[in-house]
Amino acid sequence: MDVELIGLTKRYGAAIAVDAVDLKVPSGAYCCLLGPSGCGKTTTLRMIGGHERASAGDVVIGPKAVGDAPPAERGTAMMFQSYALFPHLDARDNVAFSLKMRGVGKVERRAKAMAMLGLVQMDHLAGRLPAQLSGGQQQRVALARALVTGPKVLLLDEPLSALDPFLRVRMRVELKRIQTELGLTFIHVTHSQEEAMALSDLVVVMNAGRIEQAADPRTVFERPATAFVARFIGGHNVIRRPDGLVAVRADRMRLGAEAGPAALAARVVAVEYQGTSVHVGLDADGLERAADSPAALTAILSDAAFAARPLRPGDTIPVGWDATAAHRLDA
Amino acid sequence: MTDLALPAAAPATVAATPVATPPWRRRALAYLQAAPLTLVFLIFLVVPLALTGIVSLWEYNEYEIIPALTLQNYADLFDGCLSADLCTTVRTYLSTVKFVALTLAITLPLGFAVAYFLAFHVRSGTVRMGLFLLCTIPFWTSNVIRMISWIPLLGRNGLVNDTLRGLGLIRAPIEGLLYSDFAVVLAFVHLDTVFMIVPIFNSLARIDRRLIEAARDGGASSAQILRNVVLPLAKPGIAIGAIFVVTLVMGDFVTVGVMGGQQIASVGKVIQVQMAYLQFPAAAANAMVLLAAVLLMILGLTRMIDLRREL
Repeated sequence: MDVELIGLTKRYGAAIAVDAVDLKVPSGAYCCLLGPSGCGKTTTLRMIGGHERASAGDVVIGPKAVGDAPPAERGTAMMFQSYALFPHLDARDNVAFSLKMRGVGKVERRAKAMAMLGLVQMDHLAGRLPAQLSGGQQQRVALARALVTGPKVLLLDEPLSALDPFLRVRMRVELKRIQTELGLTFIHVTHSQEEAMALSDLVVVMNAGRIEQAADPRTVFERPATAFVARFIGGHNVIRRPDGLVAVRADRMRLGAEAGPAALAARVVAVEYQGTSVHVGLDADGLERAADSPAALTAILSDAAFAARPLRPGDTIPVGWDATAAHRLDA
Repeated sequence: MTDLALPAAAPATVAATPVATPPWRRRALAYLQAAPLTLVFLIFLVVPLALTGIVSLWEYNEYEIIPALTLQNYADLFDGCLSADLCTTVRTYLSTVKFVALTLAITLPLGFAVAYFLAFHVRSGTVRMGLFLLCTIPFWTSNVIRMISWIPLLGRNGLVNDTLRGLGLIRAPIEGLLYSDFAVVLAFVHLDTVFMIVPIFNSLARIDRRLIEAARDGGASSAQILRNVVLPLAKPGIAIGAIFVVTLVMGDFVTVGVMGGQQIASVGKVIQVQMAYLQFPAAAANAMVLLAAVLLMILGLTRMIDLRREL
């Protein structure tokens, strides 16, 4: 089902956590709310799920505005950060919980729960308590629990952040598979741009309670709307030019002879070998440098290009970019 | 803080030494570390219990105690229990168990309600602390004073009777307020509710608030959350609180004595009387039976809590 946010606002006293957010998530889309901690993404998710009362604005799910309706009446289900499985119930009863609350009989709800556990490949561990399951297994159970009532919209609050990197990538694939298989709308909160890129049809980059950009991942990466998006999504150099800010992808930077006539003389301050590519940190006079980054510019070279012309910290080299690679930013 | 902590962590060689110590020394060290608690247990629990057990097997008459093995004390205790009428011992136990049941039935919901309020509705830690202190106010004075203070309230011409008469609700004073089962149970509730509150609060405070949200997300009503999430997770606290109440009430003799006007029998009272008449072997035998009874009740309690895992 479609999910639409209309001027959705959350205030805590004087502080504004979510500031009049408008968003339309089409039915069956995988949407990621992406942003740094404290940007209001989780609060937005919780308002969609009915776990937080909106100060102003409304959430429309499918045909109707849900207003202050309790979670169960919205057709949403939430998968909580760190899963929130009931520690006194085994995997099967955890999954069957919401069916039990709806008065579904024991035999039927257990059968449904087992089917759902089958979908997430956890049916062989149905009798285990959460404490006897690994993080990845608990996550699958939590997913099954959220899906068992047949929600139209699944809300996921940082579902992968508690997993180790290998498992994270595997579960990512799993999430996408289940979303495609069931054709549900997924709204997934994350602070990892990599996760958002890999999963979503719609990336919503948030900052300070507002949406900076909402678009498909390719658009967000190729044409970031703002300097914040370009910096947060990574892989971009944000450069101040006389006529405003531009973003240039780090892999489109040109070094040495290819740098072109407008090249700057830059110092190499860092060289990081990454396997298929090499990240070269550069600094030049007249460039602003973010406080937390070691270099003003980053150039990503292919390993072959770097091997052909090795660089070491302290070297000086002309740096430039193709005019077509420079993307103008709003702010 | 961190600066101060650094030098202490510096001598890394200290951390490495246990690896080098021979196994027998490590074992000796472990025993040494366990020794203080073991000693305390031995001196204050095992030895007195063993002594009581031994004395319960001794003979006695009006003027002396004879260290000879006999089961006579136990036989006396259960004398006539096999006949149709209940013997004194069984009747005394039934009376005491009745107080246990009544006290449990009142302190459990009361303690749970207070603990629930403290854990889920009081947001500020300071307020919570203050309210906790309020719960312990009954313990700021001695047990005897706490009970005596009920007398001007519940007595024949006490505050309650006076007020009711003043309001014209009753003509003659209600007799059963003081020196009755009611008064005994009232005093027990007064004394023991806090022993329910603390362990239950402890259990409730550990419940992850996201579990409540997850339950709500699953469509559970408040009553369903209480029944299916909060209560099962509070069970350990309820069990511990119940064990406190059971042991306190089973072994009591002061409260029953004072609030019952020395007219109500209780197991503790019987033991106390036998002690007063220097019938130590009889008192010891009684104490052993009481111990067994309490242990059985606790066993039953833990069984019940474990088995009731709702599916």
